[in-house]
Amino acid sequence: MTGFVGTYPHAAGFYAGDRPRIVTGRFEHADSFTLERYLATDGYAGLRAALEMTPQQVHDEVRGGTILGRGGAGFPAGVKWGLMPEGVYPRYLVVNGDESEPGTYKDRLLMERDPHQLIEGCLIAAYAVGLSQVFLYVRGEMALAQERVAAALNEAYAAGYIGKSILGTDFSVDIVLHWGAGAYVVGEETALIESLEGNRGEPRLKPPFFPAAIGLYGKPTIVNNVETLSNLPWLLRNGATEFVKIGTETSPGTRMVAISGHVKRPGVFEIINGTTTFRDIIYGDDFCQGIRDDNELKSFVPGGGSAPWFLPDQLDLPFESKPVGAAGSMLGSGAVMVMDATTDIPAASLTLVRFYAHESCGQCTPCREGATWLEQILQRVVDGLGTRRDLEMLFEAGGTICPGDFPHAASERLGIEAQPFPFKMTTICFVGPSAYTAIHSALTLFPDEFEAKVAANGNGPTPIPVIVSTSAGGGA
Amino acid sequence: MARLTETNVALAREIIARYPRKKSALIPLLHLAQEQDGYVTDEAMQHLAELVDVTPAQVLGTASFYEMFKFHPVGRYVVNICGTMSCALLGAHELIERAEAKLGVRSGGTTPDGAITIERAECQAACTEAPCLQVNYRYRYRVTPDQLDTLLDDLAAGRLADEIPPHGTLQANRQRIPADRWVGPRAPEDVSVPPVWMVDRTDSPDSTDSPDSSEETTP
Repeated sequence: MTGFVGTYPHAAGFYAGDRPRIVTGRFEHADSFTLERYLATDGYAGLRAALEMTPQQVHDEVRGGTILGRGGAGFPAGVKWGLMPEGVYPRYLVVNGDESEPGTYKDRLLMERDPHQLIEGCLIAAYAVGLSQVFLYVRGEMALAQERVAAALNEAYAAGYIGKSILGTDFSVDIVLHWGAGAYVVGEETALIESLEGNRGEPRLKPPFFPAAIGLYGKPTIVNNVETLSNLPWLLRNGATEFVKIGTETSPGTRMVAISGHVKRPGVFEIINGTTTFRDIIYGDDFCQGIRDDNELKSFVPGGGSAPWFLPDQLDLPFESKPVGAAGSMLGSGAVMVMDATTDIPAASLTLVRFYAHESCGQCTPCREGATWLEQILQRVVDGLGTRRDLEMLFEAGGTICPGDFPHAASERLGIEAQPFPFKMTTICFVGPSAYTAIHSALTLFPDEFEAKVAANGNGPTPIPVIVSTSAGGGA
Repeated sequence: MARLTETNVALAREIIARYPRKKSALIPLLHLAQEQDGYVTDEAMQHLAELVDVTPAQVLGTASFYEMFKFHPVGRYVVNICGTMSCALLGAHELIERAEAKLGVRSGGTTPDGAITIERAECQAACTEAPCLQVNYRYRYRVTPDQLDTLLDDLAAGRLADEIPPHGTLQANRQRIPADRWVGPRAPEDVSVPPVWMVDRTDSPDSTDSPDSSEETTP
């Protein structure tokens, strides 16, 4: 952890490198979360710039920056704001700080290390679209992030940046810290809204009505990710024209990416959008510096636990939505999980299948039952008790959640072509399909490893389902 | 041990007042109840129902959805060992087995002295710092089996009391909104026109609604 330029021990896991930093610029300061440091480093200058403009001009500026949503779906923030029906008030902003996608670690870092930047982003959004109130929803398990955000809100209120007549103008808005209590599905925007209304976090059916039209309390609501909003202060300070000079035309700016698993130096990096490849990230000296013990790379998950897996064949793809989607996966929430040659693939996929089975809210039958069966059958296979029939059943059970072709990567070794996005689904939200993703990828890309697990039991009849152990099954 | 104390009722009312609808405060209030008693008691849920004008069954309905709420006593320290992919790839399984063997309880169980509960948790958003765990939602990164042993010993002996508050206490500090700066929420049905700055600062002629002057009033 020492001896590397731009390594900040107080920002666990973060490596600055020699790259432009839009949202992590203050991480080098140990006191980056205080108002004092924030004001000494251009803090609230973006808000001041915004207040010099009309709300419409601010909205246009954000639209001009084409900030693709950093939460997973990648929808441009400025366009999302514009989907709210004209003239309908009140309007709310719910900040999605419920980061819990397997592999993802960035929003927590932004909330812990630079809460004022997020607050300033909220204020800019509030000003641009005429919000009545902002709710900052932080994941329940993140005690430190909640403390840092609470302290920053208290400082900003006292200093006149939040509340009545902000900076002496006619702009007034409250920001309320809200915190959850442990439920992955609440990261889905309509579940987030349900949770904020004090209900069980079960996603709402959409379409036809998206939160922008009918959201919190049935009113127009924007749900934006923490990283998305954290880009706004820089964008307003420097202008959209400067913002789009970084990255590519379709994916401007930077994005935070967490790379974990079997790499020499796992970490969080702010990378340039679109131009950085997976090979750069995994093998680059300025990034993860290669696979641990110089092992061979076996597979990697390019965009969080919900993303279909990639093989070394896909290493040279750029970190950009379109090519990754065409290659059969997605960028999701900026999380790469790397598996080296020693990995037991069925066991590794089980850890993800179990995650989704555990986190299913239970609302849709295909997800509630399907994910549970996927977990139980896969557990049986991993325990060496499965048969070939079990492997077929995994595809059958997954097919009840996602009928038809499911996205997967191409493999030269297996001679298979990529199946691009999208896919069909029988559930309200993406938790169901996500439960199928890991096992589908593992079975499709590494059939031999599953065959080895069931070979001893052959085609025999399916044994009685084993009870899933309450202890960890464990990866490799 | 039961209903909220007077101090906590005052705090609960302060939190409720921030939301346009009382029920929105439910999850933060359940945390408050858990902070008071270490877990969420039936009496506390009854009390919360009165405070936010819903039925006790509705409170339980919400509370039971969320993993962090406990409805029976747990250890003073709840140790959540992450077992999702990145941590599993780097030895989470060994950590969980080690903790179970050392404490003589299975995941989900509590030591007989009531000091430690261990749980096999799902992804905690510290994947680059795998394998990780949380003690009462305070992180420990890149945990080795030896470090885990030391940690469990320290917790059992009460040596980390200064650093880690007892289970239930999530935030060591709270949001406090100063009365003179507070705009205050309004019932969604009472707002139908744009806030004042949207009207004053428009460059398009279509917004001719009168400014929402009540936006300025103190609730």
